[in-house]
Amino acid sequence: MIIKVLGPGCSNCKNLERVTREAIDALGLDATIEKVDDYPTIMGYGVMSTPALVIDETVVVSGRVPTQSQVRELLAPQSP
Amino acid sequence: MTITERLPASRHRQWLALAAVAAAWVVAYWLNGWLWDRLLYDALGMAPANRLTETVHFFFYDTIKIGLLLVGIIFIVTVLRSYMSIERTRALLGGKREGVGNVMAAGLGVITPFCSCSAVPAFIGFVAAGVPIGVTLSFLIASPLVNEIAIGMLFSLFGWQVTALYIAAGLTVAIVAGWVLGRLGVQKWVEPFVFETRLGGQVIDSTAGLTFDQRIQMGVEEVATILRKIWPYLLVGIGLGAVIHGWVPAGFFTTYTGRGNPLGVLVAVAIGVPLYSNAAGIMPMVQALYEKGLPMGTLLAFMMSVVALSLPEMILLRRVLKPQLLAAFVGVVATGIVVVGYLFNLILA
Repeated sequence: MIIKVLGPGCSNCKNLERVTREAIDALGLDATIEKVDDYPTIMGYGVMSTPALVIDETVVVSGRVPTQSQVRELLAPQSP
Repeated sequence: MTITERLPASRHRQWLALAAVAAAWVVAYWLNGWLWDRLLYDALGMAPANRLTETVHFFFYDTIKIGLLLVGIIFIVTVLRSYMSIERTRALLGGKREGVGNVMAAGLGVITPFCSCSAVPAFIGFVAAGVPIGVTLSFLIASPLVNEIAIGMLFSLFGWQVTALYIAAGLTVAIVAGWVLGRLGVQKWVEPFVFETRLGGQVIDSTAGLTFDQRIQMGVEEVATILRKIWPYLLVGIGLGAVIHGWVPAGFFTTYTGRGNPLGVLVAVAIGVPLYSNAAGIMPMVQALYEKGLPMGTLLAFMMSVVALSLPEMILLRRVLKPQLLAAFVGVVATGIVVVGYLFNLILA
């Protein structure tokens, strides 16, 4: 599973990355997290509010930092 | 465990829980003044009207009062604003001409949830949707300038007239400054990559489809985030306010920046622009300075120049605006604030 955190590196982007990492560890998933801080690429996902979370090329959260349990719910259907 | 998980399951009980929290807030706000009167004057036997007592009283009373105000205002504003989004604002502004567009953009800038860290994607997204540069700038000026926390604080400290003047002035500066910059034909001063970038696929609306629980959760988290970020500014601001309140003789400032001094507003804005704080941090100072005879126009100009123009936002905007436009942006906004300050001093004199 490829997870991307979109954002220019503000404090909320770092929070989102931390929460996502915690969720992955809690679920024991095999996933890689990529940080995307390049504006044209971020916009390419149709995202105008950062930070955003992309799971396997689908934007699932934009413009806010979800809680860890919300991220777990977003990740769970993807796990085998 | 998150707030959402702690919230009672039924809608009925959720409203009861919210009402209980609101009631606790009101009681705490009301007890605040009484508590410090009893503690300082009665329990510790400090003499009222003594300079030190006044300073200490101002500091503790204002810390609690402003803390409570911030918690209430940030929570309510965040929950209400979660029903708007930058994507919806973009859709509303798409295809609008200059003029009408500037007015709408300034208004939407106030109510749209917006963090300056999203300034660049928002700028590119607006331009890609065909929103004129000047209209986009009106939005970017109004968003920090007419600050919802400042509105709430001004209203609770100075009443509705000053608040209405502040909102009207902020909107006017944003509308006029955006319009003027648009008229200057500033397209050539925007970094070329902005015009080449396209928003891909479906534009994602950041706040659509949230549940009420999630909006409440966002409110609580926003309160925690903002307070964690601003508490040092807040304490310094209240400390300075307390010192001014206790030790500066009445009428001291009027000599230097007051009504009699034609340079008052200019000095206030020149100090305010490089100063980086937030509306909440400077409000206690504004309150104390007002008591000592500084005119409201000068103080509002000071406050607006602190919140509207900040170095971190300028650094972000430099990614999309060339230095010439950035300089024009700062110049036009600062000039607008100076004009507003003098106008208010005339009106309120």
